[in-house]
Amino acid sequence: MSNTRRALFRSTWLPWALVLPQLLIIFVFFYWPTGEALYWAFTLEQPWGGGNAWVGWQNFVSVFSSAGYWHSVRISILYAVATTVLAIGVALLLALFVDREVKGSRGYRLAAIWPYAIAAPAIGIVFRFVFDPRSGVFAFLNQASPGMWDPTLNGNHAMTMLVLAGAWQLVSYNFVFLLAGLQSVPRALVEASAMDGAGPLRRMWDLQVPLLAPTLFFLAIINMTDSFTHSFALVDVMTSGGPARSTDLMVYKIYSDGFKGLDYSGAAAQSIVLMLLVVGMTFLQFRFVERKLHYK
Amino acid sequence: MVERRPLLNLATHLLLALGLACLLLPLWLAFVAATQDVAGANAVPMRWLPGPYFLDNIAAAWTRADLGARFTTSLIVAVGVMAGKVLLAMLAAFAIVFFDWRAKAVVFWLVFVTLMLPLEVRIVPTYAVAANALRPFQAILDVTGLTGLVETLSGVRIALEWRMLNSYTGLILPLVATATGTFLYRQFFMTIPEELVEAARMDGAGPLRFLRDVLLPLSRTNMAALATIMFVYAWNQYLWPLLVTTEPQRSTVMVELSRLVPRGDGLPEWNIVMAAALTVMLPPLAVVVLMQRWFVRGLVATEK
Repeated sequence: MSNTRRALFRSTWLPWALVLPQLLIIFVFFYWPTGEALYWAFTLEQPWGGGNAWVGWQNFVSVFSSAGYWHSVRISILYAVATTVLAIGVALLLALFVDREVKGSRGYRLAAIWPYAIAAPAIGIVFRFVFDPRSGVFAFLNQASPGMWDPTLNGNHAMTMLVLAGAWQLVSYNFVFLLAGLQSVPRALVEASAMDGAGPLRRMWDLQVPLLAPTLFFLAIINMTDSFTHSFALVDVMTSGGPARSTDLMVYKIYSDGFKGLDYSGAAAQSIVLMLLVVGMTFLQFRFVERKLHYK
Repeated sequence: MVERRPLLNLATHLLLALGLACLLLPLWLAFVAATQDVAGANAVPMRWLPGPYFLDNIAAAWTRADLGARFTTSLIVAVGVMAGKVLLAMLAAFAIVFFDWRAKAVVFWLVFVTLMLPLEVRIVPTYAVAANALRPFQAILDVTGLTGLVETLSGVRIALEWRMLNSYTGLILPLVATATGTFLYRQFFMTIPEELVEAARMDGAGPLRFLRDVLLPLSRTNMAALATIMFVYAWNQYLWPLLVTTEPQRSTVMVELSRLVPRGDGLPEWNIVMAAALTVMLPPLAVVVLMQRWFVRGLVATEK
């Protein structure tokens, strides 16, 4: 906070009164639950009441020694990387060409922003229909040979469907940032390289994309974090973690272990791991993005 | 555009049209399904052109999912979250930026940290808090021994309870508990020249007067941007409403929509499910299309 030179108001009670509502809400709904997750992660609820007993790292040990958990971690990483790559790739392509500002690019731009407004459960249910083995686009494959496409039985098919839906959701967001990034690339640079004989595709690859690197890095982190935390609705609506746990992503597992299996301590330990992961990625973002973003 | 290249422009159009067609294709297929009867929606190969049953399906979806009541709930929640964010964030940012007080840096960081952990990763304990919002205070009283003290002195056992399950407060408050908006305002307030504060003080305006007559009119754009983002965010919430509304007649549109997923045998009524999905998508879509400018601004500004 380096704004000491500012002319400021002075009051002993007014600033407290102003921040009090916000502090109260974040205390009750943020700090307390986060602290409680920590407490639960290191304790175990006793049968027949009697409160929680301290068990040290035992909850973490049992989480980490479960094959199901590592499976969940692996597919979560796979899901996050696949959606991120796909979503950034598609958005970059759209942004690079919308940035060429051909006639009607405003219309293209608006259409590319639409998907952001659409809720995960709604698009999940639409994708579930579109990829339904009996009534979706690939239903004709199953008529030719049953089982060629069946996300309700084949784990790989289910994961593919989930990744497509997840990437679909992220494209608009990435598009907005990439287009803003492209438009802040100085026009003089682009024109200079055009005069030097660089064609449009060459300019995209050798000039615009490298200049976008900070934005791309920032989006990669945001997309990964988002895939780790916000994939719940898609999983719940499309696959419920199945078939045979093949889409049991970390955030869904926390929910099903905690609320369906009533294993609060195990769910809390998993929450802590996910929290550390998310916080770690946020730090990465601040460390690298804040520093490099100032090329304007 | 840097140079004239008719061929490349044509290619650009083709590529963009194709890309966007792929992107919007699922929505088109959902729309087509919503205009068929049950047999048409399940036809193999899939139908690609709309049929005549759109309004019938919308009407069926509306009554089956009780969408009228669900829309009211979702609207109240979305507007509540939006208003709560816009107001609380503005007050907090005002205190952080325009006052000279010692705890400023601490408060700033306390608020800042909440940006890091989304609701999803602390879902289980947050649910416990929603079951009794006064639980943190009760625990503090218990641990500090105040409960015992009061009990021995007066014979009354303190048992604070405020059940938030199935209530609007339970749906709204936890979604307000992040710092997104506070940051948007803070960034904006930092750009306001200090001469404005000096001038206001010289004219004898106190802080609240300054907030109302100077800052409020100046932050209209930011408020609009934040409001659009928060409306879409709150309307589209799923996990939290799913947990907090244990009674079906209290749930939001998104939770209700997920209940329509066809399960079990028999011909799935995809036509009605898709009609419901499209109806539910409409409000945030309308907000984004109508307020595109504010929306893009808010999107870029909140993620800093």
